[in-house]
Amino acid sequence: MLASNTKKIYLDNASTTPIDSRVLEAMLPYLSDYFGNASSLHSFGTTVKESLDNFRSQLAGFINAQSDEIIFTSGGTEANNFALKGIAFANRSKGNHIIVSAIEHDCILNTCKWLETQGFYISYVPVDSDGLVDMEKLKRFINARTTLVSVMHANNEIGAIQPIEEIGRLCRERNVYFHTDACQSFGKIPVDVVSQNISLMSLNAHKIYGPKGVGCLYVKKGVNITPLLHGGGQEFGLRSTTENIAGIAGFAKAAELCMNEMGTEIGRITHLRNKLVEGLQNKFEDFYINGSMTHRLPNNLNFAVHGLEGETIRLLLLLDENGIAVSAGSACSNNDTSKSASHVLQAMGKDPFEARGAIRVSLGRFNTEDDIDHFLKTILQEINKLSSIFSKT
Amino acid sequence: MIYFDNAATTALDTEVIERMYGVMKNTFGNPSSVHAYGVQARALIDECREKVASLLHVSPSEIFFTSCGTEAINMVIAGCCNDLNIHRIITSPLEHHAVMHACEHEVKLGRCKVELVKPDNKGNINIEELENIVKNGERALVCLMHANNEIGNLLSIAEVGEICRKYNAYFLCDTVQSIGKFDHDFKENNIHFAACSAHKFHGPKGIGFLYLNGDIKISPLLQGGGQERNMRPGTENIYGIAGLAKAMEVAYRNLEADVAYIKSLKAYMVKRLKEVISDVGFNGESEENGLHTILNVSFPETRKSDMLLYNLDIEGITASGGSACTSGSVTESHVLKAIVADLKRTAIRFSFSKFNTMDEVDKCIEVIKKVS
Ligand SMILES: Cc1ncc(COP(=O)(O)O)c(C=O)c1O
Ligand SMILES: Cc1ncc(COP(=O)(O)O)c(C=O)c1O
Repeated sequence: MLASNTKKIYLDNASTTPIDSRVLEAMLPYLSDYFGNASSLHSFGTTVKESLDNFRSQLAGFINAQSDEIIFTSGGTEANNFALKGIAFANRSKGNHIIVSAIEHDCILNTCKWLETQGFYISYVPVDSDGLVDMEKLKRFINARTTLVSVMHANNEIGAIQPIEEIGRLCRERNVYFHTDACQSFGKIPVDVVSQNISLMSLNAHKIYGPKGVGCLYVKKGVNITPLLHGGGQEFGLRSTTENIAGIAGFAKAAELCMNEMGTEIGRITHLRNKLVEGLQNKFEDFYINGSMTHRLPNNLNFAVHGLEGETIRLLLLLDENGIAVSAGSACSNNDTSKSASHVLQAMGKDPFEARGAIRVSLGRFNTEDDIDHFLKTILQEINKLSSIFSKT
Repeated sequence: MIYFDNAATTALDTEVIERMYGVMKNTFGNPSSVHAYGVQARALIDECREKVASLLHVSPSEIFFTSCGTEAINMVIAGCCNDLNIHRIITSPLEHHAVMHACEHEVKLGRCKVELVKPDNKGNINIEELENIVKNGERALVCLMHANNEIGNLLSIAEVGEICRKYNAYFLCDTVQSIGKFDHDFKENNIHFAACSAHKFHGPKGIGFLYLNGDIKISPLLQGGGQERNMRPGTENIYGIAGLAKAMEVAYRNLEADVAYIKSLKAYMVKRLKEVISDVGFNGESEENGLHTILNVSFPETRKSDMLLYNLDIEGITASGGSACTSGSVTESHVLKAIVADLKRTAIRFSFSKFNTMDEVDKCIEVIKKVS
């Protein structure tokens, strides 16, 4: 437990973010007065239905989609499951081959493992040492039985931004669907489903200062997909259950704020990150960064210090005791990340030792210059402590 | 405005809103994170799970939070076909679409067949017929709802559970309408799987859970991280979970008094309706024996009866023609179609909650007099 006077700094915004108070305000009416069931035909229902339609078209606008191409889900995991399984089963007569990148989020990779048990073949496109997918391999992997290519827009561990426009073009030429998991990039950098030739895209709210438990899948008109949740026929028959209107209201508001502030936030956050990199470089001779610095989300830094990789978990605990929250690799997946080496870093050619030793700092809307200064000061102090323990043993 | 559509969804309890508001403001960590923010969120989920489990007299390890009741139901039906070697599902035509369409999907995939037990014209399942079906054939999954969402009929879960025990069948009970309104004992009634949606008892939408008997192992519907003990991946909806647990706590705190009160509202409505409308009827068991919250009224055909529901809404009375997805006409409700002989009559479902009053019933009766 933290002493109450410890300054708390949250630098794990890639894992999840706090709800912005403006988002919370936007949700409250739907937890109180507007509680109706959007499928009801009476006024309690129709007012909620109207709001639902507005939120849907608002979100659609942010990614250059049509309103009826947005299917709300319970989050990114469900959207990704829906995309992969929905396409796999609906297009089985065309083929049973799916291509994904080697550095996808667990919910894509584990869905693929499951699909393999159901008679589908999965190819994993490798990435280079910067964490960017190998386009030549991808081209060669596509065959007549391929129905879907799924490559994430930005990676959650190293922030690497994939060449999705190029992948989209390739998929269009080869007549396969293209899905991208944009949970990490949406709201931070622009996405455009039309110019980037995206057939399906997963988004969620809790990475952009919105609530947990809500997200959506963009499904381009005409795409053949099977639902995961069968029932009352909501969401154009593609996702049944009573609509989570408060969550959706929060999602739309969160997206709106990100869109409005994106221009200034990209600059501000990049500046903070550069300051962080400089600070670390100055303090630690053996500091290195994992992943591309040019194709990278502004808010992500994934680094390690040579020789100290084995101490990362201990370092994270010490930082935590000092009120600083950062993460090792990806926190989204499970409690075992401490034991298992990052599959992303390993795919980039890091050895398991290095792949276990990375620290991810992910910046967000509420971080300030002060936070960076404090973080730098604290990490120096704690690493020095660790080094001295080291040298004694 | 008078809200008599509590079977579709309910207003959140103030205590629930306050609880959620507090969590939304103060707790935001990812429960999978190992730092203090994550630990705080994880502790909150554990506490909520324990509360829910204790109110239902089950172990916390048997509760898996999902995004809704529909998801819990789909998870069980797919899981039974996938993992428990089930190729036969026994259900009834009165089930919610979540059960019906999830079963149809399995049939389409060629993984199982469905056998229907026919209800009588009161909407009751014949227990002997059910036993015969269960008995004659391979091991089955029985999917029967506890409380019907349109006509309120209550299944004799003890008898159905006993049949399932006797013939080694699995029992999925759609308890979406009865959790929060009924003191459940899943073990005693041999219910292996039960589903919950918080918005049916003054909790938030977008959150529910699956009760999964601890002796049974099925695989998850979604793949991903290790959340919910590897049964339901995705960053946990912590405010939803907190809201659900609070709604359960409030619901069971005054259960008996609330049930008695809502029963009295319904009885009063029945009495007044009989006074003002000769030839009024009640579909299913809703007049007396069904779930206390649901009254499905059968209005005689008149010049204006087609427009009754619409006119009630204009006058500020919110009711429904069946489930939320069906309009006022009997022919559009699969439940009424399966049991009602006279499809020319107009069926309207009035469903009550503890927030309704006798005064509202009086007002409703006045409006009915005017528009029927
Ligand atoms: C009996 C029954 N089962 C299942 C559901 C599905 O619940 P949800 O829409 O919250 O997923 C409902 C309500 O819509 C219901 O009344
Ligand atoms: C890239 C990526 N995809 C999917 C997810 C899963 O989203 P959710 O937690 O909303 O299910 C996450 C984060 O958790 C993510 O970072």
